[in-house]
Amino acid sequence: MNISTIVFLLLSLMAVGSALMMIISKNPVHSVLWLILVFFAISGHYILLNAQFLAVVNIIVYAGAIMVLFLFVVMLMNLNADTEPIKNYRMQLVGICTGGTLLLLLVLITNRMDVEQLVETNAGNAGLIKNLGMVLFKQYVLPFEISSVLFLSAMIGAVVIGRKEEPIDQNPNS
Amino acid sequence: MDIKAYIALSLVLFTIGIVGVLVRRNAIIIFLCVELMLNAVNLLLVAFSKMHALSPAAKASANFAGDAQIFVFFIMVVAAAEVSVGLAIIVMMFRNVHTVDINFLNRLKN
Repeated sequence: MNISTIVFLLLSLMAVGSALMMIISKNPVHSVLWLILVFFAISGHYILLNAQFLAVVNIIVYAGAIMVLFLFVVMLMNLNADTEPIKNYRMQLVGICTGGTLLLLLVLITNRMDVEQLVETNAGNAGLIKNLGMVLFKQYVLPFEISSVLFLSAMIGAVVIGRKEEPIDQNPNS
Repeated sequence: MDIKAYIALSLVLFTIGIVGVLVRRNAIIIFLCVELMLNAVNLLLVAFSKMHALSPAAKASANFAGDAQIFVFFIMVVAAAEVSVGLAIIVMMFRNVHTVDINFLNRLKN
């Protein structure tokens, strides 16, 4: 059992445990904080796979930007454990059974694969910023530019949706 | 590392996300679970790209083994745009019905 296997097991335990805690915890703020821990564990996996650019982007974009946006919205709505929506225990049981069956099925299917491939850890230079940047700005420059248009439209859409409804002015000339 | 370990980890994370979507009634938690599912898929894509990097076919040809990581980068881009619009919708919904419980949102009218 070498060092990368131990690191993999620790990070996996952290990711799965934090993900479970995210579902279980009643307070939405705690859920967001547990999900940030999951993202840190996944970033650790990226570092283990030598995908350093993705590890840094995952922390900056997901844990830094998106989760802060979630926290802002949760705190803006003043949600806490008291405002937890009403429960339906039968639906919960059905949901857990469905998820467990799906997991069992997927694990059985993937166990039937006869690939015995190994994954390269702590090696390879494909994930370094230099190589990824060369590919991104040469081969994939058109999708990169299109994604900027996507961001612009998302920004305009968010502003339009989140705008306060103004009362319709009956007399626009006044 | 064996690729099956990464597949198993991604499957467990993805299923936790699905169970969260099915069990929880809070719209924000459901949105968080969707993000968790996206990240499970991202992790599996990166693991497969590193598996491809070890294969003899990738070493013989000039194919770049990091295409999957560009894919993951674009998935993150789309997820960021999706989160901004989705949160705006949730805020709008909360302003109209004063709850984020999806049980109260089972009708499209009113």
